[in-house]
Amino acid sequence: MSDDYKQMWKDLGLNLEAHDMLLNVLGNAYKDIYLAQINRPEGMGYFDFVMSEVHGLRIKELIDEKAQGRKIIGSYCVFVPEEIVLAANATLVGLCSGADFAVEEVEKYLPRNTCALIKSAFGFKLGKVCPYLESADMVVGENTCDGKKKAYESLGSLIDNLYVMDLPQMKSEQGKAILKGEYYRFKEAVEKLTGVAITAESLKNAIKTVNAKRSAIHRLSELRKADPVPISGLDALLANQVFFYDNPARFTESVNKICDELEKRIQDKQGAVPAKTPRILLSGCPMAVPNWKLPWIVETSGAVIVGEESCVGERGTRNLVDESCDTVDKMMGAITDRYFKVDCAIFTPNQERLNHIVEMAENYKADGVIHYGLQFCQPYIMESIPVEKALEGKNIPTLRVETDYGMEDAGQLKTRVQAFIEQLR
Amino acid sequence: MNYAGIDIGSRTIEVVVVNDSGEVICSFESDTGFDPIAESLKIFYAIEKKGIKYESIMATGYGRTLFEIAYTNLDPISNSNKLTLINNCSTVTEIKAHARGVTAFFPDAATILDIGGQDSKAIALNENGRVKKFEMNDRCAAGTGKFLEIMARTLGFTIDDFGKEALLAQNDLTINSMCTVFAESEVTSLIAKGSDRREIAKGLHISVMKRAASMISRVRSIESSVIRPDKITKQGVEGVKNNTKDNFIIFTGGVAKNECMVKLISEKLGCDVLVPDNPQMIGAFGAALIALEQQSKDRV
Repeated sequence: MSDDYKQMWKDLGLNLEAHDMLLNVLGNAYKDIYLAQINRPEGMGYFDFVMSEVHGLRIKELIDEKAQGRKIIGSYCVFVPEEIVLAANATLVGLCSGADFAVEEVEKYLPRNTCALIKSAFGFKLGKVCPYLESADMVVGENTCDGKKKAYESLGSLIDNLYVMDLPQMKSEQGKAILKGEYYRFKEAVEKLTGVAITAESLKNAIKTVNAKRSAIHRLSELRKADPVPISGLDALLANQVFFYDNPARFTESVNKICDELEKRIQDKQGAVPAKTPRILLSGCPMAVPNWKLPWIVETSGAVIVGEESCVGERGTRNLVDESCDTVDKMMGAITDRYFKVDCAIFTPNQERLNHIVEMAENYKADGVIHYGLQFCQPYIMESIPVEKALEGKNIPTLRVETDYGMEDAGQLKTRVQAFIEQLR
Repeated sequence: MNYAGIDIGSRTIEVVVVNDSGEVICSFESDTGFDPIAESLKIFYAIEKKGIKYESIMATGYGRTLFEIAYTNLDPISNSNKLTLINNCSTVTEIKAHARGVTAFFPDAATILDIGGQDSKAIALNENGRVKKFEMNDRCAAGTGKFLEIMARTLGFTIDDFGKEALLAQNDLTINSMCTVFAESEVTSLIAKGSDRREIAKGLHISVMKRAASMISRVRSIESSVIRPDKITKQGVEGVKNNTKDNFIIFTGGVAKNECMVKLISEKLGCDVLVPDNPQMIGAFGAALIALEQQSKDRV
């Protein structure tokens, strides 16, 4: 990283020493996990660049946007509609929560048996190492699981611009009404923050922009059905992770460019791994940057990941917003319809998710499914048991793993994953 | 030609050499200690001194990758043990190795319980003897040989007598903590209360047994979960063959030598628990058989 950014980071109030340490760890992990892969598509060069500048150039862009009066909104969840943010001429970014940081500090605010993702959100704030969080004019929390819901009460004492969105827990008409009401309340809050009134035109454009971004990811996912699979699971996960940070139009263009290249690779029967490599579908908790632990273990154990049933993956990007509406109210209804279909494990009952996992395993021709539960994540770990039953009822081998961001259990995890892959061969 | 299997566990290392027909030529055991590679090489040196040769090595256990890397990087001339190196060392997980070792003794086996020094696992096999599903304990020593070893020491028993002594208990005591650290304090407070140490020992065995039994029921649940009341007829369960497979499980690993554990698991599951001779050698034996089969496959 160039020294030019040092001043920028300092102005944002980052702890430079801790931040250097984080970048160093991140850089080394990226080198060992990503750059060590062979047969990568050339188009991944774009994402290598994005990652090398993840706290640099991208933050500078955001700061430049701010200088021109544009507001930055940070979010921790796929239920926060980017369409509303873009329509009010603001930018939405996903906030860092994929690594342990300042653990002792965090435990002054949260019980030890809190999931790593929630702890991480606090760690980045307390350690002053997330430039996205520090540049945000509004941070949106959401009442998903109990852990997050209660944690935002404490996070509110650390972040003065925290906005909490309520979410329903049941897929009923009443539930949908709650979500719609909350999206209207969010729209007003965003309009108040930006001073920009959302119009039918601006909302329609925003819907198109976000739909295009999702369509590019859908196209990428579709190409992963080929055998040999033209892109590694790690690389595809990275695209899904960068989805949350990048400028939407540039992201869409870059992913489509990679897809052009992958189409050619498929024609030439060129794969990231040889044909007939055991194919794994990952399902479960989201994997935020730089949480690459499990995919890395899977793909260095002789298998390839062909899909992610995850918020950072297909659960988060499935379905587009209907583009045919012409009034703000109708569009708000269409946005609610689209997000209400997200089958997060906080919903009960949640049969749609089980159906989607089975459907994905079949569509991506997965030989087996690994269910990834973050330790202490009650909704996903509870649901992993019915998930396993549903899959095994269809004769799809399933492995449930429970882990966190630490590397202490990498050996045990590797044994399990390798034994599971031996079982598939 | 012969084939070697090595199982590098957290507590012990085992090596088994088999011949072309899969018969055991020799076997060795030693403590893992703090330098598992040096210990492993010492065993191979002892084998060499006996004049036994082998064509390939299959490593399993938690030290398998460490061993493969160390072995393939040894200097062929100046390695410290002057070991004659062979150019064929690979790895297999302990799950597959145990499954292979067990089916050599018990071709009909459907369920395996393995409790070693640092981990415990339950494995379900399909009709071809292949792994269908498995469960392993988490990253701590709860419910493993290490747990029993520490508790035996706390109560002043040797590990060999621990099971025998527990069987002599008049009453069952309940131990609630599964974490080794918490269980140790619980045991200490039971001792302070004047509880009989055999009863405490029995309680500890019961707590390990419960954990093992729940792992077994999880790997077996694939069939049981699809049995519906309307599928049960006078002849048995429709679609499920009336065989004897589910009437026994195979118990391997060092803890299988503990009589109390065998008895408790058998009572809990209501089935026979069969223990092969030298249950701690099954992983190394299975690895040697996999080495043999891989070699013959390569030759075809």
